Amino acid sequence: MNILKAILDAFANPIFYSLTLSAATPLLFASLGGLFSEKTGVTNIALEGIMLLGAFSGILGTALFGSPWIGIILAMISGAAAAALHAWASINFQANQIVSATAIILLAQGLTGFLLEPVFGKPGSTEIYDKIPKIELKFLGKGSFLYNMIGSLSPFVYLALILVVVSWFIIYKTKLGLRIIAVGENPEAADTLGVSVYGIRWFGVLMSGLLASLGGAYLSVGELGQFTENMTNGKGFIALAAMILGNWTPKGALFACLLFGAADAMNEQLQSNPSLAIPSSAKPLFNLIPFVITLIVVAGFVGKTRSPAADGVPYEKKG
Amino acid sequence: MPFHIPQEEEYKDYAVVMKGIVKQFPKVLANDNVDLYIKRGEIHAIVGENGAGKSTLMNQLYGLYNADAGKILINGKEIAIDNPKDAIAVGIGMVHQHFMLVGPLSVAENIVLGDEPTKKFNLFDLKRARREVKKISEEYGLKVDVDAKIEDISVGTQQRVEILKTLFRGADILILDEPTAVLTPQETEELFVVLRNLQNDGKTIIFITHKLNEVIAVSNNVTVMRGGKVTGQIPTKETSTRELANMMVGREVLLRVEKEKKEAGEKVLEVQDLKVNDNRDLPAVKGVSFDIRKGEILGIAGVAGNGQSELEDALTGLRKKIAGTVTFNGVDISTATPRDIREAGMSHIAADRYKYAMVKEFTVAYNIALGRHYKQPFADGGFLNHRKINAISKELVKKFDVRPPEIQLSAENLSGGNQQKMVVAREFDYNPLCMVVSQPTRGLDIGAIEFIHSTILDLRQEDVAILLISMELEEILSLSDRILVMYEGQIMGEVTPDEVTMEELGLMMAGSTLEEARSEADE
Amino acid sequence: MNKKQWMRVAIPIISIIISLLIASIIIIWIGEGSFTDRIDFLVEAYTQLIKGAFGNKTAVMNTIIKMTPLILTGLAVGFGFRAGVFNIGAEGQMAMGALTATIFAVNAASLPSFIAIPLTMIVGMLAGAVWAGIAGFLKATTGAHEVISTIMLNWIAYNITNWAVTGPFNAGGGIPKSPEIASSAKLPNLLTSQASFMSFGILIAITAAVVMYIILYKTSMGYEVKAVGFNPFAAEYGGINVSKNIIVTMAISGALAGLAGTLEATGLYYRFYGTLSSGKGFDGISIALIGQNNPFGILAASLLIGALRTGSNQMQFAGVPKHIVMIIQSIIIFLVAAERMVMTIMGWNKKKGAK
Repeated sequence: MNILKAILDAFANPIFYSLTLSAATPLLFASLGGLFSEKTGVTNIALEGIMLLGAFSGILGTALFGSPWIGIILAMISGAAAAALHAWASINFQANQIVSATAIILLAQGLTGFLLEPVFGKPGSTEIYDKIPKIELKFLGKGSFLYNMIGSLSPFVYLALILVVVSWFIIYKTKLGLRIIAVGENPEAADTLGVSVYGIRWFGVLMSGLLASLGGAYLSVGELGQFTENMTNGKGFIALAAMILGNWTPKGALFACLLFGAADAMNEQLQSNPSLAIPSSAKPLFNLIPFVITLIVVAGFVGKTRSPAADGVPYEKKG
Repeated sequence: MPFHIPQEEEYKDYAVVMKGIVKQFPKVLANDNVDLYIKRGEIHAIVGENGAGKSTLMNQLYGLYNADAGKILINGKEIAIDNPKDAIAVGIGMVHQHFMLVGPLSVAENIVLGDEPTKKFNLFDLKRARREVKKISEEYGLKVDVDAKIEDISVGTQQRVEILKTLFRGADILILDEPTAVLTPQETEELFVVLRNLQNDGKTIIFITHKLNEVIAVSNNVTVMRGGKVTGQIPTKETSTRELANMMVGREVLLRVEKEKKEAGEKVLEVQDLKVNDNRDLPAVKGVSFDIRKGEILGIAGVAGNGQSELEDALTGLRKKIAGTVTFNGVDISTATPRDIREAGMSHIAADRYKYAMVKEFTVAYNIALGRHYKQPFADGGFLNHRKINAISKELVKKFDVRPPEIQLSAENLSGGNQQKMVVAREFDYNPLCMVVSQPTRGLDIGAIEFIHSTILDLRQEDVAILLISMELEEILSLSDRILVMYEGQIMGEVTPDEVTMEELGLMMAGSTLEEARSEADE
Repeated sequence: MNKKQWMRVAIPIISIIISLLIASIIIIWIGEGSFTDRIDFLVEAYTQLIKGAFGNKTAVMNTIIKMTPLILTGLAVGFGFRAGVFNIGAEGQMAMGALTATIFAVNAASLPSFIAIPLTMIVGMLAGAVWAGIAGFLKATTGAHEVISTIMLNWIAYNITNWAVTGPFNAGGGIPKSPEIASSAKLPNLLTSQASFMSFGILIAITAAVVMYIILYKTSMGYEVKAVGFNPFAAEYGGINVSKNIIVTMAISGALAGLAGTLEATGLYYRFYGTLSSGKGFDGISIALIGQNNPFGILAASLLIGALRTGSNQMQFAGVPKHIVMIIQSIIIFLVAAERMVMTIMGWNKKKGAK
């Protein structure tokens, strides 16, 4: 059983774990973003588009100002702007949230494709720019198992993990969090107590923009140092599935993203394992595995999770 | 002594004065120059039919709607109330007809929401919230478990939470919108005790209702509304339910329907040991058995949420039956689909008109076709027969007096009463053997109620077996031949309307068996 | 026409105008030189756009060729919307339909045309129907939201077709394409002009629109689809099998998308390409929304988007990247979704009471 051995080999390889973490990171940002939005009662399937804009703006900022850190700031601004568009339409004008988000995905694809050539001089992809440097834990000993596992990770990875705790804290321990839950479950009740439903929902959607764009920025300025057309490749949707699988909780999202990340890492390990000798033409068959897993997960778990009661339902202020 | 209309210098003794309130909605003038005077420390009832404008008026007092014209004075001072925050700030609290509670949050969290105690860095202080809620709950004798989740507590307790919410915010003026609609007679009595205690503590209470005996039982003064206008203001001591009813409707009303004596025929529907689960997959109907005969109305009484709606859905095929058998006209329909059951001769007036009984975007004609849209005469070989659909609809709309009589109008443009008439017309036209009728008069005005009641009695004359599920005890008592009382998914006993008292019914609705209720009522 | 129907036509038209205005601002912004230079640039861009779409017989033919699959994906998405399901997966259904139809058509040399052509279409439609039916089945049985499942199915389809045309079904030459289909399965041409040709696929697409109109407005089936879309609870109460309707609607929707792919393979490329669907499935969403899910509205919207897509190739020579069309499209969708925004812009928003 070659394949079984290859799987066991992967588990024994420290690189598998670092790959899992780095594959889970963009998903985690977007998942937490989606969580904030949906907790307040606004679905946001535009995560995919927002990530794409974040990835593009990250490189744009790097190219214009010479620093990937400024790239990140620009990414967050663009993510917030796209999210604001979604918030404006779906909160203030009670638009169909799925359709509005679809428009934003298309806008992100169109805008990034449109600007690529005039700004960077060629279609398809940009040059390679500076990346955010990785955090080296030299004290683990270069080449050691532990070092290969977690010794050289992007600061984004740490940030994503910290944000899981921060999100949990905001939602379950603060006044704001109580209001977020109330607005997502019963906006009318919140409204009658003087809680601003629109304000809380705007906060949630803007958070989704900020976080998802960070996830996108990680792909470009954190990992590749380059933007390529449609580089998010469905990650926004997988993040959405992770949020559902995680039952709309930060902790659940973390585990779900790690699961998807591990699937991705395993896929990569198997494809590059010389003993399996997988021909390049068969790669698409491996690439579809994460999507099949997501499909199964969504179908298998959706009935067992509970979304916020007012998720996706526009709220209209009275009189 | 007639009702005293205060002069301007007396306004300081009045908790609420609303003068010349006008509120226009796109299709109706909901409040037409309304004046309301509520003295400090009184219990003031506002009565009126559905659509009379009572809730609209109160929603303006609470800042949910803004008035087009008029002014509001609280304790003699004119105040602009633009949103609930403003209302809360001047000491107004409102308990809405549909509770405004957040299911997954705890009692304490619900009560403090919007006015949360905080620690450093704006962190939510749950400990203090629990402490403060406990304190006011003890102070006013409104017992609650502060840590229980709202979705796990009874409707009566939820109402207590709603009242505590207003008290927590320091409300001196409490508005209660139809507070007894979901309560048993005993729970209603308990609520009245609470209200009197609050009055003794100096609170002013505004009590909106359409149940006139409650007005007589608890209020000091009454304001009657009809069609957006005030049609009467009177001290409670000087009036009667009959007089209030006339002011409410504008004409003499029959408070009781006349029912002819009739022998029931053969068994049509037989239910044996039926078990049904609710949406959360928890047992809702826990083994009930009964039967209905031709030409008989079997009433099911009970407080909302005791399994009636699950029973309704299970009988009509909308919900899976977990166990038991249902035999209809000699055929086992335990696993039949809604279409099979309709084909077998059962029609259904659903409790939730908007959700189940109509497609509001469809025209009246299309709604009349619903359920028979696939067969003769409504369709022919898979194609709709629009000519027949229209002809049948026209006839039914005329016969059942649906207004306006335009069959190409979207159903959402009809009033609630006319929508219900449309539904009743369709379900009648099935010529059913048996009809499941649930909450048939909810939200309707007296004219429509009279019409629907007499129609149901006509059906009985035509030998149809009728299962009547209703939260309105009056309705059950005046229409049914036999009554079953449901409590927590079980049948507490069977009674007939002539031999049972309101009190006994109430005790059964709260979980006593017939024998227990009898002996308790005797004491 | 009553006020409501009038709004249904007016809102997409105003949305189109607003989006073109925004696109104009973008074009002026990327232009160079003085303001008049930029205006000239804008005029030139739009002139090229119109010329590219309608300038001569070949241009018109190209517009119709572009429009043909768009009608079908628009109908696919629109039919789904009518039953309350959002089929975002027309892209994958189109690809699966085209691939399966191509595999069949490559091996159909022994069949006469009058059998091979319809049979190929049926195969392609069935493949699309099955692909979409998976999402319908999952929604009806487990409650999995069709938006997520169809998107996942898109990626799965993308990888499967990619694998097929780079691996076992590759025609060689290092390009991800299949072998050519048997000539008996090729759609006959309706028009030719110099080197270009146009198959009679457009007639099939228009027929599909007419059939959808009849189904939606004249049959019991259409009645059920609409009832499920408006209010599934009332539909069930009225004896309509909601699960079955969702699955059937999804399958029909997928069949239409599969047909779109089949016509591309048998009427235009004569083979399967890795990039055959290239966003036409997603365009179906815009088209359904602009056409307000009405079959004839969808025909008009397909003409608009088809012309924009064809014309944008020409516009690219004037220096405007063709991605501008995606931007225009996204703004239209956004505004149609937020129709109250349009009504506010136009001052039609008579909200209850003065605030």
